[in-house]
Amino acid sequence: MTAGPTRWIGVSVERLEDPPLLIGRGQFAGDLSFPHQLHMRIVRSPSAHGRLKAIELAAANAVPGVVAIWTANDVTHIPPIDFREGPNEKLAPFRQPVLAKDCVRYVGEPVAAVFATDPYVAEDAADLVSLQIDELGVVVDASLAPGEFGGVLTTEATICRQGYGDVAAAFRQAAAVVELDLSVGRHSGVPLETRGAIGRYDAARDVLELHGAAKVPHRNRETLARMFGRSTAGLHLYESHVGGGFGIRGEIYPEDILVLVAAMRFRRPVKWLEDRREHMIAANHSRQQRHRIRAAVDGDGHLIAIDDEFFHDQGAYIRTHGTRVVDTACGMLPGPYRLPHFRVAGHFRLTNKTPAATYRSPGRYETNFVRERLMDAIARKLDLSRVEVRRRNLISSQEMPFERPLVALGDEVVLDSGDYEGLLDKAIAQFEWYKLEVDVMRRRESGEHVGLGLAMFVEKSGLGPTDGARINVHTDGVVEVITGGASVGQGFETVIAQVCAEILGVDYRRVRVVHGRTDRIEYGIGAHATRATVMTANAAAIAAEKVRAKALNMAAQLLQQDESALTIANGDVVRTDSTGASISLGDLAHHLRPASSTRGDRDPGLSEEGWFTTAHMTYPYGVQLALVKIDPGTGAIRIEKMMIAFDVGRAINPTLVRGQLVGGFAQGLGGALFEEFAYDEAGQPLSVTLADYLIPTASEVPHVDILLTEDARSKFNPLGIKGAGEGGVAAVGAVIASAVDDALGGKGLILRLPITPQVVKAAIDELKV
Amino acid sequence: MKPASFCYHAPTSLDEAVALLAELAPQDGRILAGGQSLVPTMAFRVARPSHLIDINGIAELAALSVTDEIVSIGACVRHAAFENDTVSGVTGTLLRKVVENIAHYPIRTRGTFCGSIANADPASEWCCVLAALDGVVLLRSHRGMRRVPSSEFYRGVMTTALEEDELIVAVELPMLREDTVTGFVEFSRRKGDFAIAMALAAYRVEGGAIVEPRIAIGGAEPYARRLQTAESLLWGQAPGEAVFSAAAEAAASAVEPMEDIHNTIAYRRGLVRTLVQRALEAAK
Amino acid sequence: MNERREITLTINDVLYTVMVEPRRTLVDVIRDDCAQTGTHIGCEHGVCGACTVLLDGEPVRACLIFAVQARERSIRTVEGLQRGEQLHPMQEAFTRHHALQCGFCTPGFLMLAVGALEKWPDLNDKQLVDILSSNLCRCTGYENIIKAVRAAAIQMKAQA
Repeated sequence: MTAGPTRWIGVSVERLEDPPLLIGRGQFAGDLSFPHQLHMRIVRSPSAHGRLKAIELAAANAVPGVVAIWTANDVTHIPPIDFREGPNEKLAPFRQPVLAKDCVRYVGEPVAAVFATDPYVAEDAADLVSLQIDELGVVVDASLAPGEFGGVLTTEATICRQGYGDVAAAFRQAAAVVELDLSVGRHSGVPLETRGAIGRYDAARDVLELHGAAKVPHRNRETLARMFGRSTAGLHLYESHVGGGFGIRGEIYPEDILVLVAAMRFRRPVKWLEDRREHMIAANHSRQQRHRIRAAVDGDGHLIAIDDEFFHDQGAYIRTHGTRVVDTACGMLPGPYRLPHFRVAGHFRLTNKTPAATYRSPGRYETNFVRERLMDAIARKLDLSRVEVRRRNLISSQEMPFERPLVALGDEVVLDSGDYEGLLDKAIAQFEWYKLEVDVMRRRESGEHVGLGLAMFVEKSGLGPTDGARINVHTDGVVEVITGGASVGQGFETVIAQVCAEILGVDYRRVRVVHGRTDRIEYGIGAHATRATVMTANAAAIAAEKVRAKALNMAAQLLQQDESALTIANGDVVRTDSTGASISLGDLAHHLRPASSTRGDRDPGLSEEGWFTTAHMTYPYGVQLALVKIDPGTGAIRIEKMMIAFDVGRAINPTLVRGQLVGGFAQGLGGALFEEFAYDEAGQPLSVTLADYLIPTASEVPHVDILLTEDARSKFNPLGIKGAGEGGVAAVGAVIASAVDDALGGKGLILRLPITPQVVKAAIDELKV
Repeated sequence: MKPASFCYHAPTSLDEAVALLAELAPQDGRILAGGQSLVPTMAFRVARPSHLIDINGIAELAALSVTDEIVSIGACVRHAAFENDTVSGVTGTLLRKVVENIAHYPIRTRGTFCGSIANADPASEWCCVLAALDGVVLLRSHRGMRRVPSSEFYRGVMTTALEEDELIVAVELPMLREDTVTGFVEFSRRKGDFAIAMALAAYRVEGGAIVEPRIAIGGAEPYARRLQTAESLLWGQAPGEAVFSAAAEAAASAVEPMEDIHNTIAYRRGLVRTLVQRALEAAK
Repeated sequence: MNERREITLTINDVLYTVMVEPRRTLVDVIRDDCAQTGTHIGCEHGVCGACTVLLDGEPVRACLIFAVQARERSIRTVEGLQRGEQLHPMQEAFTRHHALQCGFCTPGFLMLAVGALEKWPDLNDKQLVDILSSNLCRCTGYENIIKAVRAAAIQMKAQA
């Protein structure tokens, strides 16, 4: 047996998370209960916009089992829900109150909260609460001229602007200009588990607890503490199993505040579980934007300038993210292309719909669609191939790191590494693009409606600045890694365990990863913006290196060896030549306990803390390619072949990376072809069931070929990794639109997502005429 | 999404059920069979029946019987019963073609044929079958039994000839002659969704010419029906693309499609053309 | 008769005698009254399939049946798939093929697939995909679920 280190990074091991989830012993928010708990039910506005004149509670209060019913008057001391990034004076008037006071602004807005001993009873009582609302006019189109909103506000909360260069001059010099009006429909994460929150106040310890937290427990703890005027020392958040996050789960919503306030006031735990109808009208929506974009190009198809004005449909309030989606859209719009001049104005507009915020690949799903439609239009205008027009504009690997005078997520955009053209070549070759082009021509001659699509994109990941992890080796050799990361089902525990296992020379199954608990570690970045793996894994790696050094140092003394002759294998410190005595990490932990006589002047415990700080995000990138066939009789779109090529820098667990990409693709496909939160002219939501909001099933999602490359390690972190959470979804709208458009003759007819059979059939019927 | 409170009754005989229905229907009492449409509407509290009469325990309603002339489908026969070869011959083949389009397997194990007929959703596949085959609906109340032919059963979107104190005890479908060919095609956005439109075609060929053509459409109009104008174009013609196409065109002109936010009249009309043609081709 | 009544449910061969209102759905009673929380609630209107259990061997949506209707019927849930410590071949295949991410839809998919394959061991690929389209998953894109069920089908046949 060799003493060399066992490899865990880069190996597709089975997940540590799976066993309880497979046997029905997971613990999701709905599975958690506390003795004497009450159940909360929210009464929601049935009206999209109106003045709230009266709330009748008598009948509801008379229902046996009802403990209390609250309206806005019962929570006057609670401010509107704050922004995660801290106070923002300009946007403050647009924040959502916990319960509506004088006015309701969207169907689904919380108006009252019923507390009862049983969820059925709570719903019975909520039904009996009657609202008197004087209806007001509604705004359902964010691209109309701005106007009054809610009596005191304007529909245009703010305009986000970015850019550089001299766009006006660039358009004057252009050999050609293309201009498009493009829209992305309103859709969102819609996880299989709806939201849930349980508030509990432990008077004995004076600690207020929120169970069912997700995504960003530590950041939410700070916001909640600020809102409640309560010390963070007496407020803790606990993440349970999370049935899908996708950006929408784990933000602070009115219901989270209400269960906490109620738990304090009633001195009883208060549980709230969202039902599906509520989820469709209450949890964050996303994506809806309309872009009026134009590009100036030279005679060879090189981009000279892009000028984009877009309208973001925010819904009725500005939630925890503030303007993040629009800021990101502005900062990431140029994608992988060289762009000498750029100007973008994002109109952040309010409408009488459910508030919107981030959903997996926020601001990029939209702008990838917009930019790649533009690239196809340029190709058409200049009679270039769609591959060639992209190739001519790609930033080369020699130009890396590539600084852009733009900001995304508050971070200056510095593309750290990448060989965009190299990946394009590999993808085109593996997809057999050129052979398929010939096939497509031949099939069209025999009457088939088939088309190829192509989209390139740059993702971002690893938003800093800093994350930490603490590792403690127990005396039985179990390695406990305490992180402030969060698990939303992506395989966080497994990946962190693999990194620590590799450095510490232990089996990854001996590593336990703690996450999502504010009572175990003071800071944490959670799981959003594809940062958990990049930030927390690097922090854990630094901590693990320190633990390793301490273990070797202690072992050197006990084994009477030089440290440099030692390594760790299978949980034992051994000589690198495998000869002589060994000692286990557990025994070393024993020697390092506080009362140990062998510890010497070392700090007690085989434990260390590691902090990782980065100045910039890291940017993975990819290419998506699709071959589609249209049924001219129905307008149905079938994806015959689909590929995602993605450079992740370095994959810690390739199977999990592939899982992220394929799963993300399915969500992207939903937004491209199926999913939409539709509203009627009165602002009534029309997609409140899963029979109306069409999530793709196994029959709709095709096989996806994944070309996973590791050509461009990140230069911004020691492990060289980039995130994979959003690369699968990012360009699906773009690539499907490109392919469907091609199948319709490449005339630039596809200008809106989702692309419905009705639109496709109408286009085909028109082409025949 | 918890249902409102109701009283639960579980009769074990048809007479008992009918008596209960007579008593409770005026108090918004309703029959519970498969529950796959009723229970979701109760979860949304769109329906709040004060009494539910669960007929699943009535043995005589679970029968699916087949004679040379008739398939008789009892009130509690599940969709899934048609997934195997219980019903023989071309009629059985047609029912198997149809059933795989109905929702999803775990819905088909509970939902019932007669429940679909009673619910009368425009997109119900069984309603389309009932219309195409000129089936008969057997209704029972404390006042007695009556037989309503399919052509008189539907009144509009989810409205039928069913009186509030009546329940469907069975549906009878005439067995098709063994030389009949059949085709069924529907279109929905996703597998298992309610169809935007569907078409069922059946005919026989005698001496090279089509006889007894049947074309029924569902999903497109408030309720399923046969399209005689389209059928008449097929009589006496040799089966083939041109005649199918003419019938499909006639069907498209004959329908008066419903409109909703996702589907315009023109789109549904176009689908009817496509699906009728395909159903005829599938039958050939 | 809307008052609570005593019923006995048989879940994974264990008898549970509970007092329930007629309006309580089977999934609520399995979870809250019988403490078997492995069966999940995703939509309560019969679309997502997270609550799929086997009722007398047939996969059903437990949100579309009232608990009183399941009295004296045999119910199987995800908690009953193992034999002692030994995972069911379907459970093993799900982890081996990375067929779960958040794991919320997993119990429903396991019961759907086990129920279907026990009835029809020889499902072809098209039939398998048709059946798996009954339930929604928001994480995996289904590809690995399909792979896992195919692999488990072979194992189940071998063990049958």
